[in-house]
Amino acid sequence: MADKKLAVRMRNISKSFGQVQANSNVSLDIYRGEILALLGENGSGKTTLMNMLSGIYFPDSGSIEIDGKPVVIGSPKDAFDHGVGMIHQHFKLVNVFTAAENIVLGLKEPGPFDIQAAAERIRKICDSYGFDVDPNQKVYDMSVSQKQTVEIVKLLYRGAEILILDEPTAVLTPQETDKLFAVLRNMRDAGKAIIIITHKLHEVQDISDRVVVLRKGEYVGEMITAESTTEEMTTMMVGHQVELNIERPRPINPKRRVRVHGLTVRNNEGVLKLDNVSFSVYSGEILGIAGISGSGQKELLEAIAGLQPVEIGSIEYVNDDGTIDQLIGKDPLEIASMGVALSFVPEDRLGMGLVASMDLTDNMMLRSFRDGPSPFFTDRTAPKKLAEKVVEELEVNTNSIDTPVRRLSGGNVQKVLVGREISSSPTVLLTAYAVRGLDVNSSYMIYDLLNKQKANGTAVVYVGEDLDVLLELCDRILVLCGGKVSGIVDGRYTSKNEVGLMMTKLGGGKA
Amino acid sequence: MVHITKRKEMSTQQALVIRLGAIVAALVVCGIITALLTGLNPVSVYLTMINGAFGSQRKIWILLQETAILLCVSLALTPAFRMKFWNLGGEGQVLIGGLTAAAVMLILGSRLPNPVVILLEIVAAVGAGAAWALLPAIFKAKWNTNETLFTLMMNYVATQLVAYYVILWEVPKGSGKIGIINQSTEIGWLPQIGSYKYLLNILIVALLTAGMYAYLKYSKHGYEISVVGESTNTARYVGINVSRVIIRTLLLSGAICGLAGLLLVAGTDHTITTTIAGGRGFTGVMVAWLAKFNPAVMVASSFLLEFMGRGAGEISTIYGLNHSFGDILTGIILFFIIGSEFFITYKFHFSKKEEGERNV
Repeated sequence: MADKKLAVRMRNISKSFGQVQANSNVSLDIYRGEILALLGENGSGKTTLMNMLSGIYFPDSGSIEIDGKPVVIGSPKDAFDHGVGMIHQHFKLVNVFTAAENIVLGLKEPGPFDIQAAAERIRKICDSYGFDVDPNQKVYDMSVSQKQTVEIVKLLYRGAEILILDEPTAVLTPQETDKLFAVLRNMRDAGKAIIIITHKLHEVQDISDRVVVLRKGEYVGEMITAESTTEEMTTMMVGHQVELNIERPRPINPKRRVRVHGLTVRNNEGVLKLDNVSFSVYSGEILGIAGISGSGQKELLEAIAGLQPVEIGSIEYVNDDGTIDQLIGKDPLEIASMGVALSFVPEDRLGMGLVASMDLTDNMMLRSFRDGPSPFFTDRTAPKKLAEKVVEELEVNTNSIDTPVRRLSGGNVQKVLVGREISSSPTVLLTAYAVRGLDVNSSYMIYDLLNKQKANGTAVVYVGEDLDVLLELCDRILVLCGGKVSGIVDGRYTSKNEVGLMMTKLGGGKA
Repeated sequence: MVHITKRKEMSTQQALVIRLGAIVAALVVCGIITALLTGLNPVSVYLTMINGAFGSQRKIWILLQETAILLCVSLALTPAFRMKFWNLGGEGQVLIGGLTAAAVMLILGSRLPNPVVILLEIVAAVGAGAAWALLPAIFKAKWNTNETLFTLMMNYVATQLVAYYVILWEVPKGSGKIGIINQSTEIGWLPQIGSYKYLLNILIVALLTAGMYAYLKYSKHGYEISVVGESTNTARYVGINVSRVIIRTLLLSGAICGLAGLLLVAGTDHTITTTIAGGRGFTGVMVAWLAKFNPAVMVASSFLLEFMGRGAGEISTIYGLNHSFGDILTGIILFFIIGSEFFITYKFHFSKKEEGERNV
């Protein structure tokens, strides 16, 4: 450590939003030639802290030194001037521009605008770190990982010495992640300071040299990655011991519940999103659905739930007595009135699954508001009871059931949504990114809930992005690639590598 | 260095303090401006305003009547606004309701018994208002057209229709006015309660306020409106038929506007002019927004706006000031009330940049 040069010294940084203390008295050192992982649960203040270093927020108190000099970072431009650059989870690129145009966009370089020279410089940067970027490629032609690469090159082009990456692997396949980590190591070896925000422990182990853990906005400790285990990290992150194993009981008496055959779906713009998709879901199993984001996962679930018009194909629901109901062409209300207990936890929790401005009780009656003795007035007795039950059983952290759900944190919002959806004892439960943005505790609670549904004989469909979880939780995994079924594998016997290859190439043949 | 950040949440009391503070600040600023521009004593100007609104029994009745009609139009807009359907066609819906009521009074007044005429004019006015809102609603529901422009344009059509019929039915010929309809027989006039000319209107609107409050808060329809307003995706997700909710809600919105037209024509004015709606279709937008679409609070916001208007009229007559001066004061007060929302949503941070700079 001693030979490493201090790049950033943050001291006693505090920041609050209204009554919420996002960071309090955090002190942090960042060294050149080191990859630092910033670890913490959701809402632990990792992103806020880094946003203050990159000029998005301004600290309420505390000091920042860069290369030994005290600095005031009041805007992203100030941050750039001190060599700090941040890659956000959502990319900020102009789609119709080329990589080179995006990289030089907004730069005030002396002399006439020379895109050729810029492209040359970009190539040089790419060569020295091992990036794979064509300066003349348009952004709309790029994959997510290429766009991310452009963002990184953009920062390097502008002379960034301190790079912050906010959950960079969330959108990448395992192979792309490996590539990203390789260039990050190159950048470290070239003497840059790199901070990576994440809550995936195995990645922390893989890439970082040092780990700093935040909890509830405070610095709780740090460790040298090579000398620590993931258990130690979790314990420090959560504050107590957590069981990190997901159970996977064998399906009991599985029976075909939903049969999808030849499903083809186009979106509003006429783009083919699902192409001849066929599979079945059985009762008492968890079927995982893997794929690069935007491979048709959303359309698939929405088609089954009656929210997505279908071009051709069939979706059959198999009743207990063996009779078959066709679900295509029916809206959610019609599906429910046929006696099909289908629940759906959509990706967009506050924009589709819940009403953000309504309180817990009103959200509980979203599906059931038509019930009740009066044909005209709503009856809030049952929803109120359900809200109380969900709050108690799923440990929802809220002041009262009269709180609008938008005031709840991400994990609690998801508990409210899942709680409502499983309250109707569904026979089919569709979930899209059920643990996205959730901390470790909440995530494991959701896995438990899904396993309970599985034990009850529910056919559970789990669309996920974390392959480690998919491999641990699901009985079978269906891999989508560009709207087609790339393959269906047994979750107990497949490997991360196999699924990763199937995500990028139909059938998973060597790329 | 000043940073503006969004507040997380604020307690109701704190928000109330900020709003009251805004009104006090507005009154102070109005007083200063009054003194500077006119040289008058602001306190006496304020007293004159209060006198103009509450000075006599007649003035109080007029204030209540005006408040009631404005509230009626605002209540009509509210369900549409809650659904984020920006019905700016209140003016036209009121006019068309008033026009059909007048037509029934004029054409059927001498042929049918009075109760039948009244019944028919109610049906006609409410139905016409609803139809006037139905057209943009259908276009919005089926083809997602912009309802703001559509409803706005419908206002001009209504105004021109009224202008045409006023000329067609003018009494005496060439006057350009219809005059009081059925003045001798009073057929088609809504009944008067005792000697109180405006009481019926006020009671109807009071009932309507309570009804609308319950409809939005406790009915299944009201719940659907809130869900559609928040997110049509959520509505579809639970099987709410969004098109049907849009059309049903706009029928209600237009119908209540038509009712306001009826109250004006058959209840108080007993005539129809192109200006009978008096801009309430637009002032109502303000009333509804100021009250955040809560019918109970709208009683206060419509009262405030009417009080300001009446008071402004009074100071312009008493002090020989242009009526615009009253409007300036109203404008200042509204500016402060609306501006206070900014301080409720955001807060300022004054950071110690100087320290940092000294260090650099």
